[in-house]
Amino acid sequence: MPENENYREIEITVFRYNPQDKESEPTFQTFTLTETPGMTLYIALIQIWSTMDHDLSFDFVCRAGICGSCSMVVNGRPRLACKTRTNEFEDGKITLLPLPAFKHIKDLSVDTGNWMNEMSKQLESWIHTQEETDLSRIEKPVDPEVADEVFELDRCIECGICLASCSTKIMRPDFVGAVGLNRVTRFSIDPHDQRTDEDFYELVGDENGVFGCMSLMGCEDHCPKNLPLQTRIAYMRRKMVKVK
Amino acid sequence: MKIIYTDALIVGGGLAGLRSAIAARDKGLDTIVLSMVPVKRSHSAAAQGGMQASLANSIMGEGDNEDVHFADTVKGSDWGCDQKVARMFVTTAPKAIRELAAWGVPWSRIGKGDRTVVMNGKQETITEREEAYGLINARDFGGTKKWRTCYTSDATGHTMLYAVANEALKRDVIIHDKKEAISIIHDHGVCYGVVVRDLINGELIAYVARGTMIATGGYGRIYKQSTNAIICKGIGTAIALETGIAELGNMEAVQFHPTPIVPSGILLTEGCRGDGGVLRDKDGYRFMPDYEPEKKELASRDVVSRRMIEHIRKGKGVKSPYGDHLWLDISILGREHIEKNLRDVQDIAISFNGIDPADEGEKGWMPVLPMQHYSMGGIRVKPTGESTTMQGLFCAGEAACWDLHGFNRLGGNSVSEAVVSGMIVGEYFAKYCQETHLNTNTSVIEGHLEAQVNYLQEILSYDGGLNIFDIKDEMRTIMQEKVGIFRNGDDLLDAVHRLEELLKKTKEITVESKSMGNNPGLNEAYRVPKMLKLALCAAKGALQRTESRGAHYREDYPKRDDMHWLKRTITTWRDPEDTLPTIHYEEIDIMEMELPPAFRGYGRKDSLIENPLSAQREAEIEEIKKTLDTVDRFTVQEALLEYELPGNLKHKNERVGVGYA
Repeated sequence: MPENENYREIEITVFRYNPQDKESEPTFQTFTLTETPGMTLYIALIQIWSTMDHDLSFDFVCRAGICGSCSMVVNGRPRLACKTRTNEFEDGKITLLPLPAFKHIKDLSVDTGNWMNEMSKQLESWIHTQEETDLSRIEKPVDPEVADEVFELDRCIECGICLASCSTKIMRPDFVGAVGLNRVTRFSIDPHDQRTDEDFYELVGDENGVFGCMSLMGCEDHCPKNLPLQTRIAYMRRKMVKVK
Repeated sequence: MKIIYTDALIVGGGLAGLRSAIAARDKGLDTIVLSMVPVKRSHSAAAQGGMQASLANSIMGEGDNEDVHFADTVKGSDWGCDQKVARMFVTTAPKAIRELAAWGVPWSRIGKGDRTVVMNGKQETITEREEAYGLINARDFGGTKKWRTCYTSDATGHTMLYAVANEALKRDVIIHDKKEAISIIHDHGVCYGVVVRDLINGELIAYVARGTMIATGGYGRIYKQSTNAIICKGIGTAIALETGIAELGNMEAVQFHPTPIVPSGILLTEGCRGDGGVLRDKDGYRFMPDYEPEKKELASRDVVSRRMIEHIRKGKGVKSPYGDHLWLDISILGREHIEKNLRDVQDIAISFNGIDPADEGEKGWMPVLPMQHYSMGGIRVKPTGESTTMQGLFCAGEAACWDLHGFNRLGGNSVSEAVVSGMIVGEYFAKYCQETHLNTNTSVIEGHLEAQVNYLQEILSYDGGLNIFDIKDEMRTIMQEKVGIFRNGDDLLDAVHRLEELLKKTKEITVESKSMGNNPGLNEAYRVPKMLKLALCAAKGALQRTESRGAHYREDYPKRDDMHWLKRTITTWRDPEDTLPTIHYEEIDIMEMELPPAFRGYGRKDSLIENPLSAQREAEIEEIKKTLDTVDRFTVQEALLEYELPGNLKHKNERVGVGYA
């Protein structure tokens, strides 16, 4: 680490609470540390954990913005902590809260896996086809542009930030969110999937699906993968309205 | 005491584990996958550049087939791999990718007619065949004769993992995440499951099954600088070692990737160079053609990484507060290409370094330095994936020493191995679970569970005052400095001594929180001794291996020594009280090889101690070919090396223009 006495001090205030511990009370704890060049919240929290408080809980995996584990609320906005650089914050004060809309585990750690798995099952997010694939034979051709369009929507990393930014989710706990609607759209444009609009209507043609969205678009504003959620949800809604 | 019974138990929810789970479910077995993190967050998701499979769709892959993929893989491994396993792999890889296509992985597809590519720093036009329109495309990668690496932009692992995870959910594979296996339940040499710590509430649970598979990935985090996710601590490998029965293979075989970005160590895919990007030094000079005239930036990873350090040692590195580095230049590929095919690379460079690699000229160059990337070593298994020494314990993917990669893995062969071994080993594993009846009594299970409760309580009772995080940091620094890209006897000996001391010191720590519940400090306290055991296996294996092969490079023994070292390092931990591993060796028989040892075609030409058996086997192969009445490549292949595959996996693979030839 480069030595430089001109580095500033920053204050990171973290929500502390262990709901499994009857004696635990929700509280905030502030840690002061020296900001180093290129410091991210990943680097800062690992430093706090390894040198100041070994009991601090949070969720990092890839630390490269790829896996979607480390979503948390940073000064009021849901973001991936690993991609958030501390020098963005001019006053050097950063407050961290666990991601809402998911079951809280402890401190900054939440349970996204079970919710996402349930959503994936509920929306049957896999290819539905009657065709048998002979693995020895040349694969089915796909228009390169169509493959790219599917890939565009397949980039979702289930980080949960769209749900944490969503007002419908607060009113309707069973709302599938942008993550779910994006997933259904992804399969609806995949040439391998033989489901019809009527089939998709069964999955999302209600107020917990595409008709629940109020188009406030907090999801698109905060999506760390810049997915085209607004246009894709609108596209799905237009299709679903036409289903008799 | 909580005991959960199932038919098939899989520890690890990445590509290898989930694909194996599908194989088990398809046989109607109740299947549980345990994972430290939500399965879609597994490190498979971080694989960027692609998956190797010899589809030969693109014109640049024309003529590719299993034989070419096989030869590339064997040469890449520096003849350390098991050639039987390599054959099983290359034959299955095209089927794996076609299965994934049918499951919706949006592979990049071949467009019509001409397209512009960058090769050797220059723009060239290639023309795709009409009959290949819409088929799966491929890009160039290091150490390969053909363009064979299939991709979805630079998020290939992500799309593969999501497709496989969703297929597992479809089949009602039961997924228990935030669970960490901390010991293996075994009795009389047979595996019966694992003891698990629930990472949410700290509860210890015994998972008991007819068969158990470890698919927990690599152990890169024993190094200070690694591209690996922070969960890649090798705990699954370590608990196999701690049985005292299961063996680990080639733990010193550790790969260093040429182009992680400095200083964060986040990977920039080999696709950057495969698509035409180049390496530059402090003068902006493209230096790789001087060292590797033929393959240039696309020699195998071990060779490119060493050449880079060699060049830095000549004073050609770029000075930075984080030490010297070199530049990776992809700006020559053009913004359009980068924003379509290397968009995560662009995102990483912008987010973590404030550099847009699509900016023209040196403004867009990204600082890179070789860092730990992949673990070739792992749990030693038979071609079926079952441990060589423990019945009912299977292993697949990076956690295993199957041994597909020998001493160096080719880029694009990792996610490929993960799904392919999930298909092959998964099938053998499922068959074992079908045919085996659980034959153990509760007292064995309870004994293992109690032992772990006692162990964790013992850790909480330590009161030596040392900080486990300091011990971990010291281990990672020792591995970085002394068991790295360039190794020598003195440093390795010192590393072994110091790691051994550190292992002893793990009993002199104090864990602040005494809670047996959610306690991240306790997590590290039981993980670090396990990581240290793996570090000792790697360091001691490297010390004893007095030759250079693949990624293992000894400056004091710079030659690959086929006379003395054509063998696998096998490591065990005989007694829990031991502070060093026990090492023996498994011979690799040249006379059974389909491709006897020779020069790889890249790297130093003069650095080989040949074994006369290589020439003898070469002559024998020529004789066999002469006696055969045919030039049919399948018949010739079968005559040289026999291998088996379950189900339909051995069927021939169809290709554009050549059918099943």
